[in-house]
Amino acid sequence: MSAVAESPRAAWLGATARILLPVLLALVAGGLILLILGKDPLEYYGFVVQRGLLTWAGLQESITRSAPLLLIAAGLIIAFRAGIWNLGVDGQFLLSAVAASALAPALAGSLPDWLVLLLSCLLAFAVGALWSVIPAILKARYGINEIITSLMMSFLGISFANVLVKLAFRDPATTVPQTVTLPVEDRLLRLFGNTINLGIVIALAAVVLVHLMMTRTAFGLKLQVVGANPRAALHAGLPVGRLTIATFALSAGFAGLAGAVEVVGVLGTIRADWNPAYGLLVVPLVFLARFNGWAVIAFVFAFAVLQIGGESAARRIGVPHFYVLVLVGLLLLFLAVVEYLDHLRRQRRGQ
Amino acid sequence: MDAFLSEAFLTALLYGAMTAGVPLLLAGLGEQISEKAGVLNIGLEGMMLLGAYAGFVAAYYSGSFWLGFLGGGLGGLALAALMALLCVRLGMNQIVIGIALTIGAEGLTALLHHFQFARSYPRLDEVPVLALPGLEEIPVLGPALFRHHALVYLAVLLVPLLAWLYRRSAIGLNLEAAGNKPGALDAAGVSVTRTRVSAVLATGFLAGLGGAYMANVGAGLFVPFMTGGDGFIAIVLAMLARGRPVWVIFGALLFGISLALTTALQVTGVNVPTDVVQMLPFAMVILVLVIFARHSVLPPALGLPYVRGDR
Repeated sequence: MSAVAESPRAAWLGATARILLPVLLALVAGGLILLILGKDPLEYYGFVVQRGLLTWAGLQESITRSAPLLLIAAGLIIAFRAGIWNLGVDGQFLLSAVAASALAPALAGSLPDWLVLLLSCLLAFAVGALWSVIPAILKARYGINEIITSLMMSFLGISFANVLVKLAFRDPATTVPQTVTLPVEDRLLRLFGNTINLGIVIALAAVVLVHLMMTRTAFGLKLQVVGANPRAALHAGLPVGRLTIATFALSAGFAGLAGAVEVVGVLGTIRADWNPAYGLLVVPLVFLARFNGWAVIAFVFAFAVLQIGGESAARRIGVPHFYVLVLVGLLLLFLAVVEYLDHLRRQRRGQ
Repeated sequence: MDAFLSEAFLTALLYGAMTAGVPLLLAGLGEQISEKAGVLNIGLEGMMLLGAYAGFVAAYYSGSFWLGFLGGGLGGLALAALMALLCVRLGMNQIVIGIALTIGAEGLTALLHHFQFARSYPRLDEVPVLALPGLEEIPVLGPALFRHHALVYLAVLLVPLLAWLYRRSAIGLNLEAAGNKPGALDAAGVSVTRTRVSAVLATGFLAGLGGAYMANVGAGLFVPFMTGGDGFIAIVLAMLARGRPVWVIFGALLFGISLALTTALQVTGVNVPTDVVQMLPFAMVILVLVIFARHSVLPPALGLPYVRGDR
C-alpha cells in the first residue's frame, strides 16, 4: 500500500502490469533462448497453445493436470502467507502418493468406493503432514532455516518412496516395479469427457477454502501475523511455535492430497522412479498470484496448458520439456525484478 | 561379513568418499564465505550445476582438465555475478532469487545438454593423477587418499588458507563484520556492498569448481541434474561448521562416505537398491541437524540486504 493515494483505476492497472509484465518478459527471454538454439519461438508457443488449450483432448489433459498443481498451490498459499518456506513439497507429494497407491487397491472391493477414496485421501494428507514434522519442529524450537530442512526431507522422501515401491508395495504380477493398480472403475468419478475427474473439483474447492481461511478467519489472520512479523506475533501472545507446526502440517497435507488425487484420479499406480517434481514449479506461480487464491487458479491453469502443450512440443518440435524449467526460472527472476522496480517507484513517489 | 573390512572395500569406500567429498568441500567452503558476509546463497545448487556443465564443455573442447576447472569456476562465477547484482546491489530477496537461479540453471543446462550431447553422450579421457611419492605406498590409505588429480590437494590446502584468512587478515575481519554488524563496517569506511559482492563471487567460483570436478573427474561426463541436491548439502555443511573451515572438510568427508557407499558396496557384492543408499546423506543431514540443532550458528544479518541508515 502506498502512502500517496492512487486512483482505483491506476492502482488496478499497476497491479495488472506487475502481474503480466514478468510473464511477458519471461516468454520473450525464453523465446530468445529458443531462437539461439535454432527453434522458432512463435511456432513453439503457437503449438503449445494449440495443443494444450484449443483441442478438446488437450484441454481435458490441462484441466486434469491442474488438479494436483492447485492442491500443491493451496498448501503453498498457507505456508507463504504464514512466512514459512515449505520447499519439501516433492517429497511430501510422492510419499503420500505411494501411501495412497498402497491403500486404495488393498481396500477396493471390500469397502464401498467412496469410502476407499476418502480413506486414501485422508491417509495421504496425514502422510504429507507427518513428513513435515521434523522441519517444523526444528524451525519452531531452534529457529533452524526450514528451506534447507524441508528440502533435505524432500530428497529423503523421494528416495524413500522409491524404496517403498520397490521393496514393500511392489505388485508381484508386473515386471517393472510398480504398485498394485487400482481398477479404473474404482477411481475418482469422471466428469464431462473421458479424462477429467472429480480431482479438479476437490482442488478448486481446496484453493477457495484456503483462500477464505487465510483472509476471513481468525486462524488465518493469526498465521498472517506470524508471517508478517514473528516477533510482533510473539509479543501479541500468539503461540508462534505451535502455529508454525500447524502451518507446516496443513501445507504438507495439501501436497499429500495432491499425490492422492493424482493416484486415485489419474494414474491408478505408482511406478518406481516416477517423480514429476511439481513442487518447485508451483512456487513461482503462487508468488506471481501474490498468494491470492483466485489468481492462483488462473496461473496454475495457464501453467498446466504450458506443461501439457510443452510435452507434445517435445515430441513434435524437438524442444525438450526442460524448457519449461527455464521459463519458470526466468519468470521468478523477472517477478523479483518487476517487484523491485515497483518498490522503487513507490518510494520515489512517497518522498 | 569379512568383506566389509577387506582392503578393496575400504580403498573403494575412501577413494569414493574423496571423489564425492571434494565438490561438497569446495561448495561448502564457498558457501561459508557468503554466509560470513551475511548472504544466504540458496542458489548454490544452480552454481554447482552450471559449473558442472561449463566445466565439462570447457574440458571437452579444450582437452585440458585445468581449462575445464577454470571454465567451471567461471560458470559458477557468472551465476554468482547475477546474484550479487540482484541481491547485494539491488537488495532483492535472496531466497526468491536463489531458487530462481537454481531452477533456471537446471533447465538451461539440461536444455543445452539435450541439443549438444544427448545423441552422443561423450566422455572425457582418464583423469591425470598426481600420486604423492611415498604416501601413495601406504596400504589402503595410499591409493584411496594420495592418488588424485592435483586439484584435490589444492582444495584441501584451501582449508588452512581460509582459516588463516578468517583469523589473521583484514579481509577476514571485513567479511565477518559484513555479516555481524554491517553498519559498523560501513562506519569504518569499508563498503559493505563491495565486501559482500566479492564474497558472493568467491562462492560462485568455488561452487562452479566443485561442480566441474563432479562432472569431469567424478563422472567423466555431464548429466542433467547431476548435482542432485549436493548444493543444498553444502549449505548445511556451512551452517553446521559455524564459520570454521576445518569442520567443512570433516563434514564433506562424512557425507562423501555416505555418498560413496553405493559403489563400495558393489565391490563386496552386496545388493541393496541404490535408493536405500541414496537416502543416507540426506538422512545423515537431518540426523546431524536434529542432534546439533542448538549449535548451528548463523550471522545475525544473514539474508538481510544492507541499506545504509536502516535499522
